[in-house]
Amino acid sequence: MTDAPKAAAAGRAQMKTELPERFRDYKHVWVFIEMERGQVHPVSWELLGEGRKLADRLGVELAGALLGPAGPATEAAVREAVSYGADLVYLVEHPLLGDYRNQPYAEAMTALVNTYKPEILLLGATTLGRDLAGTVATTLATGLTADCTALAIDGEGSLAATRPTFGGTLLCTIHTLNFRPQMATVRPRVMAMPEAEPGRQGRVVRHAVDLEESRIVTKILDFIPDLSTNKVRLAYADIVVAGGLGLQKPENFRLITDLAEVLGAEYGCSRPLVQKGWVAAERQIGQTGKTIRPRLYIAAGISGAIQHRVGVEGADCILAINSDAGAPIFDFAHLGMVGDALTILPTLTEAFRRHLAVDRLAG
Amino acid sequence: MNIVVCIKQVPDSAQIRVHPVTNTIMRQGVPTIINPYDLFSLEAALALRDMTGGTVTVLTMGPPMAEESLRKALGYGADRAVLLTDRFFAGSDTLATSYALSTAIAKLAEEAPIDMVFCGKQTIDGDTAQVGPGIACRLGLNQLTYVTAVDGLDAAAREITVQRRSEGGVQVLRTKLPVMVTMLEGSASIRRGTLPDLLRAARAPITVWNAAAAGIEDVQRCGLRGSPTVVKKVFAPKPRAEKAKLIDVKGRRDGEIAADTLAALFAALPKLEGDLARQAVQA
Ligand SMILES: Cc1cc2nc3c(=O)[nH]c(=O)nc-3n(C[C@H](O)[C@H](O)[C@H](O)COP(=O)(O)OP(=O)(O)OC[C@H]3O[C@@H](n4cnc5c(N)ncnc54)[C@H](O)[C@@H]3O)c2cc1C
Repeated sequence: MTDAPKAAAAGRAQMKTELPERFRDYKHVWVFIEMERGQVHPVSWELLGEGRKLADRLGVELAGALLGPAGPATEAAVREAVSYGADLVYLVEHPLLGDYRNQPYAEAMTALVNTYKPEILLLGATTLGRDLAGTVATTLATGLTADCTALAIDGEGSLAATRPTFGGTLLCTIHTLNFRPQMATVRPRVMAMPEAEPGRQGRVVRHAVDLEESRIVTKILDFIPDLSTNKVRLAYADIVVAGGLGLQKPENFRLITDLAEVLGAEYGCSRPLVQKGWVAAERQIGQTGKTIRPRLYIAAGISGAIQHRVGVEGADCILAINSDAGAPIFDFAHLGMVGDALTILPTLTEAFRRHLAVDRLAG
Repeated sequence: MNIVVCIKQVPDSAQIRVHPVTNTIMRQGVPTIINPYDLFSLEAALALRDMTGGTVTVLTMGPPMAEESLRKALGYGADRAVLLTDRFFAGSDTLATSYALSTAIAKLAEEAPIDMVFCGKQTIDGDTAQVGPGIACRLGLNQLTYVTAVDGLDAAAREITVQRRSEGGVQVLRTKLPVMVTMLEGSASIRRGTLPDLLRAARAPITVWNAAAAGIEDVQRCGLRGSPTVVKKVFAPKPRAEKAKLIDVKGRRDGEIAADTLAALFAALPKLEGDLARQAVQA
């Protein structure tokens, strides 16, 4: 999005517009179920939880859209989608849909949308989802709102997609008024994981597409899986301990990893530590790093800039340790300690170690 | 290789402030920069040109002052710069932006075929990551996003091999030119411009196109009118109602501080103590 003159944009939004005739039969809420190499990305389940609320509000059905090769992984994904709230799953099975490539995926998704006409289509803002969403939205010439942090239905039944803009300093609510489907992407962990309901019943609608390797220009020569699964673990960790510039020296980052180890937690950091090369990029938390949603987030020597804040607000409890009582992090932390992280961190590590050693003896 | 690199001039968002009363962005005095993600793509494009010959054209859509960012890019070594500017473009969303840019690229291709288009992974002000894929889709370019490294370019076979970041690993992909590539941050940092390039950048002519000159026949597809998305509301994030509950630290002994902290945490998260204990026993 370019920075539109917002006043003008808002002005246009006031104009009452009728949905063009050709879009009147677009109905139901869809979630793209992102399966790659047999693995469903959990963001798909998070989106089903959100999609369920939108569908209930509209009084329509919630559908998953799943692309993949026939087999047990795909069947399991269908069952799981239903357990997380889908009323039905549109399924395209084809051997060429095991690995992600833009062309066959975009063809299959576009065909599904044109055939079954959803009013809303949600995708995860992952490397796959963003790659695919741009192509599908352009092909369908419809609106796409990226990286939403809140989704709602307004009084007229239109999707109100709220997203941060200008690095989180402002939020804006965006609508796609005259086009369908209304598309939106959401980053992993921004929405809560819904409860699965294992016995839930749903339908499967199979759709055949015509794909041939000879027609797909891009070839996959190799796939090198990540050795550490750290990336996923940080985003999905139950406890996260993170440090910022307040740690002052790279060697002090050990105070963070020590506490994380005792708590069985993952560790992370603010952006400057990545820029300085103290910590690997995949450990960065925030707008341009990972969004986390742990039960407990401990932030030491982090000021709480808006770009950091947007990545951690989903935490159940935030404990901030900062020497400056006026640091913005105390505006959104639940618990705070005003003091020197370099002495408080080892104290906490030791206290937890002792507390848990007692448990270990007792256990 | 004839390469087009799409860049965007953005406000340095580290310095953006919101007016406390009107909730509008206070732009006065905020410096502008080339979108940092674009620089990784520009560097990759320059490196490929250095290897194979050809030209790098930087293209931007924006207000007249966006010329500044084009000169900066020329200083890094780009050969030519095109500024797409017209009041019809104001308020473009990603769909309208990719329409205008792809039309301009098609216009450039009339002079000499374009082999590659590079875009930034995303911008820091809009963050959508959708303009690159939009351009690829409109021009029928093979799409390579989140590229971490270009492994090889076979000009004769017109094939490119890259590593692409995917969720669970790295895909090694080979595809045919023409392509649209977005580079991942950290792939290679932008070079320092050479003195001759810097001197040239200051004086080089910049091609300025309005919508008509870029070959856009239907201005209804540009700007606010051509954008299917509509911004209905802009507002500041709501501050949390309560401030953090502070645990006393000053002048107290470590043991007391630690005991208070654990107690406060276990009170805030009732299941935490038991879960940690279970984990400790298993360890
Ligand atoms: C486009 C853009 C994207 C960005 N994305 C991200 C992102 O994803 N994630 C991110 O984190 N940032 C991001 N940033 C950067 C962000 O704006 C802040 O600059 C950054 O988060 C600050 O990091 P920090 O809190 O570690 O450092 P600082 O802001 O320097 O804060 C250090 C803090 O440590 C405290 N301190 C100092 N000494 C001690 C001590 N001994 N004990 C305890 N506390 C101490 C200080 O009081 C201060 O509050 C982004 C910025 C931009 C412009």
